[in-house]
Amino acid sequence: MHLRKLVWREMFERKNQLATSFLAILLGIAVVVAIQNISFYSEKAVAAQLDALGANILVLPKSASLQDYYSADMQDEEFPEEYVQRLALSDLQGLDNLSPKLSLPVKLRERTFTLTGILPKSEFQAKAMWSGAGIFSRPAEGCGAVADVPGIFRPPARETLVRQRVIDDLSDTEVLTGADVAAVLGLQPGDSLELLGRRFTVTAVLPPTGTVDDARLFAHLHAVQELAGKGPVLNAIEIVGCCHEISGGLVQKINKLLPEAKVVTIAQVVDTQVRTNQMMARLSLIFLAIIVLVGGASIANYMYANVYERRREIGTFMALGASSAVILKMFLLKALLLGLAGGICGYGLGTVLAVSLGPRVAGIPVLPMPVLVPWAIGISVALALVASYFPARRAARLDPCATLQEV
Amino acid sequence: MRLESVSKTYRHNRRTVTALDNASVQIAAGEFVAVVGPSGSGKSTLLLVLGGMLSPTAGKVYLNGHALYDLSPNQRAELRRRQVGFVFQTFNLVPYLTARENVQVPLYLADMKPAAQRERAAALLERVGLGDRLDHKPSELSIGQQQRVALARVLANDPGIILADEPTGNLDPETGQHILDLLEDMNREGRTIVMVTHDPRAAARAKRTLRLQNGRISQE
Repeated sequence: MHLRKLVWREMFERKNQLATSFLAILLGIAVVVAIQNISFYSEKAVAAQLDALGANILVLPKSASLQDYYSADMQDEEFPEEYVQRLALSDLQGLDNLSPKLSLPVKLRERTFTLTGILPKSEFQAKAMWSGAGIFSRPAEGCGAVADVPGIFRPPARETLVRQRVIDDLSDTEVLTGADVAAVLGLQPGDSLELLGRRFTVTAVLPPTGTVDDARLFAHLHAVQELAGKGPVLNAIEIVGCCHEISGGLVQKINKLLPEAKVVTIAQVVDTQVRTNQMMARLSLIFLAIIVLVGGASIANYMYANVYERRREIGTFMALGASSAVILKMFLLKALLLGLAGGICGYGLGTVLAVSLGPRVAGIPVLPMPVLVPWAIGISVALALVASYFPARRAARLDPCATLQEV
Repeated sequence: MRLESVSKTYRHNRRTVTALDNASVQIAAGEFVAVVGPSGSGKSTLLLVLGGMLSPTAGKVYLNGHALYDLSPNQRAELRRRQVGFVFQTFNLVPYLTARENVQVPLYLADMKPAAQRERAAALLERVGLGDRLDHKPSELSIGQQQRVALARVLANDPGIILADEPTGNLDPETGQHILDLLEDMNREGRTIVMVTHDPRAAARAKRTLRLQNGRISQE
């Protein structure tokens, strides 16, 4: 017999009452772990998207939210392709590149993917990420210069060759697939694929990027427009703008040129993301406060009830010579075990929730974060100990005589 | 053990109830004393005061020369652990522990190693005739067997004084006699027994009887 065994046996003797407190702490910790986990990967994904986005100005439909754009690249509203011509023919300085895009949802084997129409060369010049060794990225300096396509001057890497051909030759029946799409559908270059009633040939499988682009299929803009049946319309224009010109009011000038569209810069995107992150952090804190209140109250209530129910047993222990310190330890060890179990299981459940729900609610892959284990256990144990301290102290200070029924 | 002019009063429903009224008594080491009296006469209070569990309102209680209530609660707990054993009418076994584990509790409180605890608990249960019920929980034992586990638990730390509150009160006559036999055995080993009882046959087994009436002690 030792204290741990004594406490363990008692816990299982009254497991139904214990279950309520355990559930309160388990669910609380699970929710906070899940929020933290999803937030972390959401921030990481957006950061990766921002890094990947060669463009630093976006032209979107007036009603579109940035959240829509970065999560699915699709809005219900479109604007005419003619905007591209307006921009191209304008005398605006500092427009390095324009990437018009139109996206449609397509269903393949019960899964929904995004079919994005692109105008090949400009699209690929704007995408730093697909450039392998960075050969398509915007030059770090030389703002205002037209981005070069220097791949042809380098030893031909496999991806570069694939892309180079795509850039030059993407026809109405060719499609590029993101890494996830190819993995899910088992596609290889050369395979045939039917999208919205039209047959396409897979020209290339793009390397994984870790962003929503992995779940996309890319086809020629005009082919996608035909499939959409809405005429020459777009969802977005990505613009590689000159840094100096942007700070000099390029966005306002584009706004003036395209008053019916929403024009945003990366700075605004970052601001929006920072605000989103702050909101998630606040949400996490609110949940933490709820856990402390609900979980703490539940544990304290359970412990008080437990002390009341066991006062005769406590009296017996005291009659057998137990000091108040032993009684205090009995209840605090129980709280410690409850906190440990709640923290460990809460982390497990929260991680399962985050990993399974993350891709659905945030559209991003979420991986377990072992760094949250000590955090989850620490909060859970601290909460259980603090909530149990006063009930435990009451038990230790019980009048041994008053606890025995015979008196 | 010695009580010197001990009084104990309670407040109950805004009225003062006197459980012990200027009670004085001396119990020598090795005595077997029965305490009798009507319900509410203060018998159980006397036992708890003697065991250091209930501080008197007035008077002094001495145990082996120590003024019991001059000690702190934890010092009294220590004294109980080493020198006093309680037997309760309702046995007060811990329901979620087996017979052997119940007997191990005072041994654990005395810091004995778990292996030694197990061995001693088994020997004590063997002594009270429960060698084949070591791993039974109280709910799996008869009433008489539960009281025997409680007696084995009392003997765990080899106390010099055993305070028994109606030890046969919940038992049939035959089982009660067996428990009294065990108490007599303990007395023969030199232990002091103070037994509160309503049962005249149980009281007759003691060497001396104290009568409590309205909190006052008299000899019989």
